Amino acid sequence: MKVRLIELAHARSGDKGNVSNIGLIARRPEDYPLLVREVTAQRVKEHFAGVCLGEVERFELPNLHALNFLLHDALDGGGTIALRADPQGKTFGAALLRMEIER
Amino acid sequence: MIRIANGQGFWGDSIDAPLEQVRRGPIDYLTLDYLAEVTMSILEKQRSRDPRAGYARDFVDLIDRLLPELAENNIRVVANAGGLNPEGCRAAILASAGRHGLNVKVAAITGDDISGRLDELGAKGVEFRNLDTGEALATIRPRVRSANAYLGAFPIAAALDAGAQIVVTGRCADAALALGPMIHEFGWRPDNWDRLAAGVVGGHAIECGAQVTGGNCQDDWETIPNLSDIGYPILEVDADASMVVTKHAGTGGRVTVAGVTEQLLYELGDPRAYLTPDCVADFTTVQLAQDGPDRVRISGVRGAPATAYYKVSISYSAGFKALGQLAYTWPGAYRKAQAGACILRERIDRLGLRFDAVRAEYLGVSACHGIPAAEPSPELADQLPEVVLRFGVRGPDRAAVERFTKEIAPLVLNGPPSVTGLGGGRPKVEEVVAYWPALAPKSDVRAEVTL
Repeated sequence: MKVRLIELAHARSGDKGNVSNIGLIARRPEDYPLLVREVTAQRVKEHFAGVCLGEVERFELPNLHALNFLLHDALDGGGTIALRADPQGKTFGAALLRMEIER
Repeated sequence: MIRIANGQGFWGDSIDAPLEQVRRGPIDYLTLDYLAEVTMSILEKQRSRDPRAGYARDFVDLIDRLLPELAENNIRVVANAGGLNPEGCRAAILASAGRHGLNVKVAAITGDDISGRLDELGAKGVEFRNLDTGEALATIRPRVRSANAYLGAFPIAAALDAGAQIVVTGRCADAALALGPMIHEFGWRPDNWDRLAAGVVGGHAIECGAQVTGGNCQDDWETIPNLSDIGYPILEVDADASMVVTKHAGTGGRVTVAGVTEQLLYELGDPRAYLTPDCVADFTTVQLAQDGPDRVRISGVRGAPATAYYKVSISYSAGFKALGQLAYTWPGAYRKAQAGACILRERIDRLGLRFDAVRAEYLGVSACHGIPAAEPSPELADQLPEVVLRFGVRGPDRAAVERFTKEIAPLVLNGPPSVTGLGGGRPKVEEVVAYWPALAPKSDVRAEVTL
């Protein structure tokens, strides 16, 4: 059964230069293993096709039931350079919550 | 136990938040974060026009309003408002104190500004390679405008030890504003890695102001009460580095484990190695627990020794950009906006203008997320009531960018129908300042405290 991440998780995104970071947090601790299994770096890279031009790194924080993603080369050069409406990727957390995963 | 409040998450944040932090309940320290990368470039422009400028004027106005209450309640202030001119900021604060007839000890922390020493340090072998790309500094050296090391919390603690009531810093690590008072109060040593790391985590939790008390929170945001009166964060800290994130009673917003977790992940890299000037914090050791309403306890934090380097942020001129907007309406709003963008691209080609980047985005459709999953279906796209075309260019040639700015408005009469300009006339040409992250050995940078 497919489920959207917004049903299972919340998120916040920030920036460092041309790198966007997205913290993805399970609403219920018991859903964290599902996020670990399904929301891989590769899937996030595909989800952000055309936006994230570099690699995606994933880090696990089981203590906070959270994953942290680094999207390299994702901000059109970075906050002060970018022509984007969202130059710091402030809305990328919400964009990740659109992803559908297999439950 | 001490209470460390944050009253400013960035320059441009609520100007009332610091007053509310002082007036609506007890605090011992008021910390204020004014500096972002973009702020440093604004301050650099101001300083290049007037050598007495280069710090956050808002901070001086704030202290001018608050000084009698700060003195009366014995609240000490730590702010990175000094920007590129901490001593100028200190002088302005002292002048304000003089007007109030108050004798206030104000410290300035300097030494972070290494813009005048880049070549000297370069000759000694400090490469300042770009941390992201590995490029050598030589590629941008003539265009450098500022260079600042992120100093740590110990100079702040030293200023407080010496009796400063207001500490004005230049560039320092954001979390250092809160960690400095902890070191001062509890006498933590430079190798108390776990306590320093806990202080960094606590400082990180409150450094973005209301983003930890219910602002910009995705977890059930519609149920977060009274955002128009949102309380800014307060960190209660004990000598053993146990701490609680909270806010003044009666204020709006909400402090929950979910909200604090969001903020801890904000701008995080490798969670096992969060590098700061004072320690390396391991965010995978952090434990959070709800400790009553609007109280979240932080515990379990482990740290490791700091590295031998400061992070350095170098800003440099990187050309010019301009952005314009037009709003198109039903019927076929999205197709009209796309046609408008196509015409602009063709005009740029006809005029022979060359840019490093040309970008069209469609506000109301996919501008912010910009990913395939966010694209509306063709049926939905065709029925959108209105779509805003946002079109921008960036390049090294100011004249070319200037010429582009004259191409937006004509589309109202000579392009697709049912379109309106979005006010403001022609777009402005903006100078682009870019950032170059690098490292400098700590032994080559010396923090100084002026009191």
